[in-house]
Amino acid sequence: MATEIMLQADNIGKYFYDPEKFRVLNDVSFTVNRGEFVTLVGKSGCGKSTLLYILSTMDTEYDGTLQIHGEAVTGKSQNQLAALRNEKIGFVFQFHYLLPEFSCLKNVMIPALRLGARSREEIETTAYEKLTLLGMKDQALKSSAKLSGGQQQRIAIARALINAPLIIMADEPTGNLDSKNTDIVFDTFKQLAHEFNQTIIAVTHDTDFARKSDRTIEMLDGAIVTTSKKFV
Amino acid sequence: MANYQHHIDTEISVTYITSSKRLTLVASLGVTIGIAIFIFLNCMTAGFSRTSNNIIFKSTPHIRVYKDDQMSEPLLTYADTNRIALIANPKVVPQSNRIVDPDHVIELLKSQPGVVFVMPQVAVNVFYNSGKTQLAGAASGVHIDEADGMFDIGSTVVEGSLADLKTTPNGILLGVGVAAKMSVRTNDNITVTSSRNVTRVMKVVGLFFTNNSYVDKVKSYVNISTAQQLLAESPSYVSDIYVNVLDFDKAPTYSGRLSMLTGYKAEDWQTAYSNLLSGTNLRDVMIIAISIAIMLVAGFGIYNILNMTISQKINDIAILKAMGFQGHDVIRIFVLQGAIIGMIGIVLGLLVSAALIYFLSTVYLGSDIGYFPIGFELATVVSGSLFGLIITLLASYLPARKAANVDPVSIFRK
Repeated sequence: MATEIMLQADNIGKYFYDPEKFRVLNDVSFTVNRGEFVTLVGKSGCGKSTLLYILSTMDTEYDGTLQIHGEAVTGKSQNQLAALRNEKIGFVFQFHYLLPEFSCLKNVMIPALRLGARSREEIETTAYEKLTLLGMKDQALKSSAKLSGGQQQRIAIARALINAPLIIMADEPTGNLDSKNTDIVFDTFKQLAHEFNQTIIAVTHDTDFARKSDRTIEMLDGAIVTTSKKFV
Repeated sequence: MANYQHHIDTEISVTYITSSKRLTLVASLGVTIGIAIFIFLNCMTAGFSRTSNNIIFKSTPHIRVYKDDQMSEPLLTYADTNRIALIANPKVVPQSNRIVDPDHVIELLKSQPGVVFVMPQVAVNVFYNSGKTQLAGAASGVHIDEADGMFDIGSTVVEGSLADLKTTPNGILLGVGVAAKMSVRTNDNITVTSSRNVTRVMKVVGLFFTNNSYVDKVKSYVNISTAQQLLAESPSYVSDIYVNVLDFDKAPTYSGRLSMLTGYKAEDWQTAYSNLLSGTNLRDVMIIAISIAIMLVAGFGIYNILNMTISQKINDIAILKAMGFQGHDVIRIFVLQGAIIGMIGIVLGLLVSAALIYFLSTVYLGSDIGYFPIGFELATVVSGSLFGLIITLLASYLPARKAANVDPVSIFRK
């Protein structure tokens, strides 16, 4: 199967201005192929989360250019980027960030309802499929605030999958989870990448998690050390 | 790609509202009080104005056409500009204040658009005499049917009857104040002396009681022919012509035109009662200012509560934006929330104001006014609701716009 470039970053640079001007990212360039499960590692403060937010299109103040699925996203308007995120990118955060007033099912459905590409019934069916994939079908109608952290993270992953995004980005997805839930999240990501050909970029501190992924990009002081870290 | 409208923004607003019922209720109560007081105060002023206008129009026409006194002017004018003709000490010309050819003037006035009622009147300053008692007063010579049509005198007659005036040539309809002071009743006789020193014995055919005690103490109605005789004038003599127009608020625009048209002075009621009206206007301005201030305070209530909600939901906003919600989606979510709060408040406010108005309208104030002059004014209800809605939308738009500009990255980094 020919490799297809899903995400390409060229000379990404960024400054922080508070408390003083500081170059947090320095000419970062790399590519990620379709169906790859890539982890991003490095010490605290090396700029990996900052990089992830730039890749996610939420942070637009940077130098260099970014292409997603062959389309240049640098310089697009906030509304265009929001539409792009809605359709092509799924997010998983460290602190799961579900909407506490809604049921798990509704949380999963919201991005698809926003996109409006399918009928409500279809969306509900898909949402149940994704919840089943994550083993959370039984909790579907519970209020999301009543679940444990690990369960909430699995709901958040189901939500990230609802619009069948090209890329799933995760910021410390297992940072707050016990080993059992960490394994579930890892296995799900692996399955998504290898069986469903979805691309996954995850920032992590967990060496074990990174070692088992397809490829690991290591960063140090705002620059890439290696785009294919060898674990010893 | 098929396109479905799922109204997810609306769904989120409604969920936020139903999941914090207390907050919603508190915010709505602010609007409720604002709307209720706004409508209540404005209905009250409208009621007051209507009552005071009714009292005025019981004895005053919208426009009075009469011959004004004229100052003497030089008869000679000089062609060259070096000399000026001058009367050193000009005085009022001692002319009769009659309206020449009143029938013609009346026809002219009647043909004007917007004029609904025209009637001639002969005003006579008189002394009422009964025994040794003498009382200064004003008799108004009218065709009583016309006067009844204009001032609704029939409703004020408390003794005797209006119709008797037509069949009794020397009849007189007295104000109750005059009757009490002269100690006369219906069917008694009373001597009337005019300013032209004509004295007539007249028969009291009835008594009237207006809400204006000054009028009751001086005024009487007589037949127009009697009034002409009291002034020793011919049957074509008319001192004033009373005109009512369709919209009495626009009387000043008519008076100027009628004045030009007839050549006589046309005075609108606003000019005649300018001192009374300046007080009324002041009261109106004050009440409008108070009611608007209260509405603004209610608006600030919504503003504060939405600001609070938005700070609480800042994580939700960040996550929604990360998932692809655009700025205008976020604005819609929170403006709709504000609008729903406003709607609840407006409906409750209408109910509260209806209760207040109903309660007050059953309060009996006393002789002159009767029941408290207040009622549901449709215009006020509509303008109050609209005004409330605009304030709510504005008060929710400002915080919503702030929410739309939330940078999700700055939230996730914390």
